Amino acid sequence: MSRRLLTINKLSVTFGGLHALKDLDFYVDEGEIVSVIGPNGAGKTTFFNMISGMVTPTSGDIIFKGESLLGLDPNQVTAAGIARTFQNVRLFANMTILENVMVAQHCRTRQGLWGALFQTRPFKREEQEIREHGEKVLSFFGTRLVGYRLDQPAAVLSYANRRRLEIARAMATKPTIILLDEPVAGMNPKESAALTQLIGELRSDWGFTIVMIEHDMSVVRDVSDRVVVLDHGETIAHGTYEEVSTNPDVIEAYLGRPAEEPA
Amino acid sequence: MSAAFVQEPSTEELPARRPLDQDWRKLLSYGLLLALVMVFVALTNMPVNLDRRMLIEPIFSMGYLSLFWLPAVFGLVVCREPVLAGMPSYAKGSREVLAGSLVGLIGGAGLSMLTFLLDNFNLREPLVNWSPQLLELLSFRQDTAFGIAIWLPIGLVLGTFGGLAHLFSATTRRVLSWAFVSVITFAVFETVILDLSEGFAWLGAEWVVDELYFIRGGLTMHGAAVLAVAGGLFAAFGRDRAHRAKESFQALEGTSRTRANAIGLLVVAAALVILPLFLGGITNELLANVGLFVLLALGLNIVVGLAGILDLGYVAFFAIGGYTAGILTTTNRGESWPDWMPQFYWGTALVFVVILAALAGLFIGAPVIRMRGDYLAIVTLGFGEIIRLLFLSDWLGGYTGAAQGVTNIGGVQVFGLATVKGTDPRAVFYLVLFFCAIAIYVSWRLERSRLGRAWMAIREDESVAEAMGINTVNAKLMAFVVGAVLASFSGAILAAKVGSVFPNSFIILVSIVILVVVIVGGMGNIAGVIVGSVVLIGILGGPRQPGLLQEFSEYKLLIYGVLLIWMMLKRPEGLVPNVRRTRELHQDEYLQDAWLRGEIDTDSEHTDDSHSNGNTGVLPA
Repeated sequence: MSRRLLTINKLSVTFGGLHALKDLDFYVDEGEIVSVIGPNGAGKTTFFNMISGMVTPTSGDIIFKGESLLGLDPNQVTAAGIARTFQNVRLFANMTILENVMVAQHCRTRQGLWGALFQTRPFKREEQEIREHGEKVLSFFGTRLVGYRLDQPAAVLSYANRRRLEIARAMATKPTIILLDEPVAGMNPKESAALTQLIGELRSDWGFTIVMIEHDMSVVRDVSDRVVVLDHGETIAHGTYEEVSTNPDVIEAYLGRPAEEPA
Repeated sequence: MSAAFVQEPSTEELPARRPLDQDWRKLLSYGLLLALVMVFVALTNMPVNLDRRMLIEPIFSMGYLSLFWLPAVFGLVVCREPVLAGMPSYAKGSREVLAGSLVGLIGGAGLSMLTFLLDNFNLREPLVNWSPQLLELLSFRQDTAFGIAIWLPIGLVLGTFGGLAHLFSATTRRVLSWAFVSVITFAVFETVILDLSEGFAWLGAEWVVDELYFIRGGLTMHGAAVLAVAGGLFAAFGRDRAHRAKESFQALEGTSRTRANAIGLLVVAAALVILPLFLGGITNELLANVGLFVLLALGLNIVVGLAGILDLGYVAFFAIGGYTAGILTTTNRGESWPDWMPQFYWGTALVFVVILAALAGLFIGAPVIRMRGDYLAIVTLGFGEIIRLLFLSDWLGGYTGAAQGVTNIGGVQVFGLATVKGTDPRAVFYLVLFFCAIAIYVSWRLERSRLGRAWMAIREDESVAEAMGINTVNAKLMAFVVGAVLASFSGAILAAKVGSVFPNSFIILVSIVILVVVIVGGMGNIAGVIVGSVVLIGILGGPRQPGLLQEFSEYKLLIYGVLLIWMMLKRPEGLVPNVRRTRELHQDEYLQDAWLRGEIDTDSEHTDDSHSNGNTGVLPA
């Protein structure tokens, strides 16, 4: 039995009377790929925002590696080992591709004013390491993001490559868990199939645990160990893809209740 | 990767339009705008104040220049049309000339009307700025009827000239503008050139200068003619070579580029070290003032340009530096200080200056930094004033001298060898230069470090930067502290230079001026910030420091404002832009160019679906 990484107990958040999430229980074990699905407005992104510290829950607890994440700032959560991507790609568009992954290593590095001003040996060594790690992470996506691209601004990338760069940026923070918010949104079937395989490699080759929000059911089916279905801020189903996809509650949440027979 | 895809404007031309084929409404609105601007300039009394400064003796003063350039520029601009790459455009002809003339005529009519009104009605009450000399100037020291009549032909001629410029070939236009610019430049920079010529007297420079300039100021007629010809000749023959040299420099890559940059930097540095030896007091004083603002602007550039924190109270740190250095080195300290407190050397005091400025940066920064955008700007504005009012207050008056300020501040002792004081502007300049070099080094190193990258990320998107593991509060505080320390250097030098500090040396205007310097020069670019200081502080003058054009001192803020608005509209990235910022401000154009060069990535391995993946080169909002 692998180690339990993340446990979420009775997590709730209300935005002025609206229950975005209600008594949510959730867990992730080390090395798992868990998908979170649900119709629009089910609270999936709020759920991610809460784990990454951008939204404070009203009640409940988030335990990561045995310690509570409640009250931590987003940067502390990232430092603890949870990185994320965003649904509406939010790169640093005017920084170069390499700088995007270099800046993501901020919480793993130490050098400050002193080192930069006096160009100390540890400073130079660290800069070298940051650069090498950045290039290593980028080369995970083949040749798309390396070579002459390294010094181009992220703004010139195609949509699919921006998504890839976002994943690379999350990888660069050296996390334990990566939260992927709709990683294949806007990609064509071929690209999403390729990315699905890469998500598998994120676990097998890099050892990341992955929690993923996704609407594309073929991706969810191909890669996830477990699927959690949210609707109206509550878990309505939980299990393997096969279990969940045949669950009547889930079908109802997506397709609506069958019309009542006229009496 | 080549620029072969970028198309030149088509050489094909549509036939010229008929002269009366005008956009009359545009023409009229430009004419009225010109009339308004000219009347406004006249009513600020600028022509009268500037009339004292002769450009070409005895025919042309800066006062007339302030009015004359307007019709010509409007006459040119009214028929400006965008030239689209690859699209044919209309040939230029009599239509453009007519439009220019009409606009000039309407503008001239505006001044005629003003002359008439000033002569016949008492407008002193609502329009306080104009003086009887204005009427005299507007009527060219003849009787008023002449003045009323003469502005119509003047407007007409100048406007026509502006319109005619459309018909000139590119070379002609270049030759004319260079001739004009060289005359004006030499006339405007008279003080510096005279000063230089004294330093280079052994080269026979004085003889040249005596020929060029009239004794009581202004170029001589033949001097102006020589300069015009020289400027024109350079434009016709020398400019291409200069252009090619620049292009070949820009084409350099890798190590040779680095080496060329290093050589350029060395030459500039050597010039800055050697040149002051040949300059007189006035120019050195000017350079020292520019240097003080370079120091301030470099500091603010870290805060605003790199970290994106709009700090409107930056003067606070300037004040803290000035007061700390002043109080610690003065012989005439406020009565509340205990007797045992020694009088420090400036160098020792500087240690305290740095510590205090850093602490002030932390204390002001800590509450402010959690705010964003407009709120932050307003709060910093408040803190800037609070610091000044504290120094002015009765509460701290025993320590800071309240309104009397701190006087009798000693100079800077350099290893007991010499004392740098305001009476020796050259020494002050070298002192400022030393600290500017430090500031440049600090900015340059920090930009390319872990901290610099964090600042850039925060400027781009603060919430994402935080989600990517950057402790935004710490990083922003760091920017605040570094900026504060650089400003405090400037304050400490100011105290030693002037020998006294007063609360009203640190008014809010100083913050604004520094910010304008950074914006106009080019936010986020070290060279830009320096250029901005030279242009604004050196030529126009700082909040309390006279610039090269002392006649403009009354209109300094007006010109700052106009310049700022114009820059925001036409060149928001500044005079010497930062690559990154230019990209940010012109992202659409940048992406278009990148697309034309074939640099936009189209996922070549999936060419069949490059349409479907949203590759429009437009970022999601």
